[in-house]
Amino acid sequence: MKHLKPVNSKAARVDRATEKDVVALQRPPQQPQGPHFPIGCSLVFSPGWEADRAGGTAGLCQPVERDLFDCHIGCYWPAQVPDQLNHAPDWTSKCAAAQKDWRKIDLVFP
Amino acid sequence: MISWAAREHHRFEAAGRPFVYLVPSAAIFALDDTADDVMRRLTERPYTRDELEAELAERHGHAELEDTIAELARVRAIGELIVPGADAAPPPKIFPLTPFPLTTMVLNVTNQCNLACTYCYEYSEDKIVDTENGLKPKFMSEETARQSVEFMLKESGDNKVAHITFFGGETLLNFPVLKQTIAYARQRGAELGKAVDFSLTTNGTLLKPEIIEFLAENQVGVTISIDGPREVQDKFRVFHNGTGSYDVVAPKIQELLKRHRSRPIGARVTLTSGPLDIKRIYRHLTEEVGFWEVGFAPVTTSPGRGHAISEHGYDEMLGQFRELAYEFLEYSVENRHHGFSNVKETLEEIHKGMSKAFPCGAGLGLMGVATDGDVALCHRFAGSDAHKLGTVADGIDRNAQHAFLEKHHIANKTDCSTCWARPLCSGGCYHEAHTRYGETTRPNLHYCDWIRGWTDVCLQIYGELSERNPAYLAQFDEPMAAERVS
Repeated sequence: MKHLKPVNSKAARVDRATEKDVVALQRPPQQPQGPHFPIGCSLVFSPGWEADRAGGTAGLCQPVERDLFDCHIGCYWPAQVPDQLNHAPDWTSKCAAAQKDWRKIDLVFP
Repeated sequence: MISWAAREHHRFEAAGRPFVYLVPSAAIFALDDTADDVMRRLTERPYTRDELEAELAERHGHAELEDTIAELARVRAIGELIVPGADAAPPPKIFPLTPFPLTTMVLNVTNQCNLACTYCYEYSEDKIVDTENGLKPKFMSEETARQSVEFMLKESGDNKVAHITFFGGETLLNFPVLKQTIAYARQRGAELGKAVDFSLTTNGTLLKPEIIEFLAENQVGVTISIDGPREVQDKFRVFHNGTGSYDVVAPKIQELLKRHRSRPIGARVTLTSGPLDIKRIYRHLTEEVGFWEVGFAPVTTSPGRGHAISEHGYDEMLGQFRELAYEFLEYSVENRHHGFSNVKETLEEIHKGMSKAFPCGAGLGLMGVATDGDVALCHRFAGSDAHKLGTVADGIDRNAQHAFLEKHHIANKTDCSTCWARPLCSGGCYHEAHTRYGETTRPNLHYCDWIRGWTDVCLQIYGELSERNPAYLAQFDEPMAAERVS
């Protein structure tokens, strides 16, 4: 490597272990790209309760917090979630992975 | 178009150049200008390759930029942005292979103490086990100690060395059993072709020439619990009648240091609230008293106690630790010994690139044995039925051990999942969490800033050493020594 210098022993191990690694090989085989729907935006299409992202039904029945989160991250949906910019910046700080930690998202009282 | 994003890392500078500490691999790489430019951009927001080209190709050249991105991606410093919806796989929850060999056994040879340090986790308001009126014997019997030795030799598996640490209470209150145990373990170790290493922690009050002689002859590692010069020591480390212990222990420690030269002798300092002068404590214990090394640990206590360190206190402590750590650096650059052991221990973990699923060896490679032979997580939980992992007579309860490990894995600590210091901290001491929050499973959120601050200091020291005296770091290529017990 030219631009990075392994400094500790672990870095040297990472360097050795990835010597033959080609970045392209890390990518999963490319699926033909279907039309991209922003997930969870009801203005366009809302996979999760009608059809999943691939157009099938395998990923249906997402828990309710998934919807909440989709609105929160993917959409402009000001009424449904607390205003994380101004009033509740820490609202999701205890929720690292929505599927697991959604119970930790509490109500916010103005 | 694929976007690139920086993966979890912590950037720091040392010796005038940038480094990244990668999480969770704990690998450290020094960056050149191009790599640093790319990393900094990708830390702000995801960039497509075209955007990176547009901003950086002129300064660094197309080919260089291309190479840099490939190198950063190769070591997982950056990665393709995960498309929304395609959730990243959760980190694997890897458990060590069981039966995991025991490296260190801490024998609580007594639960009694001749001092009454007001902050003590074993006797003060925060105690877990009632040693006054409890059912546990006050002293470990010779029989239990022998069983413990057999237990240790068996559970250490294929390890060539078994470490036995004597602990208390005040360890030397049960010197007769300690002495017999060492002789017995030596003999049994020799029969089984296994070396046995001994160490103990003591408050120093009961040291006398015969004991010192014995410890020196048997190469027993000694750690003395002492808080500093007289006015610091006598604040909390007092006898039952309230008188300070400094004047009693100081001359005995001098004797010990004079006679016991077979192992370096360290001091273990408990830091409490109130004005801190860590440098003065360090100077006193090394230069004036003569300890080879000094380790500092903030007191373990529930919040609100008079001696509990406040948030401000942690900041202050960090500032003083930093100063002493930089002094350590200057000594180490010149290959001179410096006894600030906190830095050295962290440097070793950084050098090896340890990425821990569990904060320490408790319940894994280290266990504590209570006076009646009950085996617990560690010495701090010895005697607690809720934290029992077996008995020396019947061995380790593998189900209990597995349940414990399952419950305490770093993957369960969601608070830690976004913290760059988790490879080294892994949520912190179980006992601290138990005292603070009533649950060993909780990460110690009250000292996160302190841990990140201290880890950052140690990374800088490590970076400096890697540039200014890389030969110094070679000492850490050796396998890890036994875990320190305090």
